[in-house]
Amino acid sequence: MLLLRRPHYWPASGWRGPFEELERMRRQMDLMSAALFRAPSVETAAGVFPMMNVTEDGDNYYIRAELPGMKADELAITVTANSISISGERKLAVEDEKAQYHRREREGGKFNRIVSLPTQIETEKVTARCTDGILAVTLPKAESAKPKRITVNLS
Amino acid sequence: MTETESKALQAKDKTEAVTPAEQTRPGPVFTPAVDIFETDKEITLLADMPGIKGEDLVIDLHENVLTLDGNVEPPDGPDEVDVFREYRTGKYYRQFTLSEIIDQAQIKAELQDGVLRLKLPKVKAATPRRITVQAE
Repeated sequence: MLLLRRPHYWPASGWRGPFEELERMRRQMDLMSAALFRAPSVETAAGVFPMMNVTEDGDNYYIRAELPGMKADELAITVTANSISISGERKLAVEDEKAQYHRREREGGKFNRIVSLPTQIETEKVTARCTDGILAVTLPKAESAKPKRITVNLS
Repeated sequence: MTETESKALQAKDKTEAVTPAEQTRPGPVFTPAVDIFETDKEITLLADMPGIKGEDLVIDLHENVLTLDGNVEPPDGPDEVDVFREYRTGKYYRQFTLSEIIDQAQIKAELQDGVLRLKLPKVKAATPRRITVQAE
């Protein structure tokens, strides 16, 4: 007669063989490796031009996008209480017609991107700058969205 | 589709460069996208290097190898926390071998809005001349 010692956490109903335990282990290993080798946040990109980096501090959101060769007046930026839309067209200047191209990797074209922000912003105080081909937009958070320190009175 | 209508731009990840030497500074190295075209008199190179400042870019031409090497400091302020991040910043590095003889003294480099425009004039001897074959 074969005696099996069964730990208490095993399902009581039906012994389905040693493979079930192996299967359970395999599933846990999969979960562990998925957590360990999770794709970096870069790959969660929306895939819409331009690529953006969004950061925040206590008072503002900062949006940065790489738009080489573009001037501030070629961009249309509109904001609502909790979103920002950036659109424009990157035009590549027509060079000498007789020129012979060896490489043509730079791309021109239209783009339009809307980003929603986690909280409300002060639409009146949004500022945008274009320096060295990088657009930087500063969006001040609305008063209601800023973190508040609450003092506890002892009495 | 009319001719004035242009296509929509697609988002693309920056291409990471393979550098011949190992980096002493940590961080990614990217290959800038370039346009290179040639006329009778000169070769022009346009490179997209967003975020780069003139003093951080080194252009070197040595034995027909043109090297672009630039460093970009991260623009983030000290107290900023990521909400989401889609692109990375780092060095730019790319090398080209030039087949033409370049007049090194006449090279002009301009950097505007993150785009480098490099004019490499050919030396006089290298500009094509029509050679008439004399029939005897």
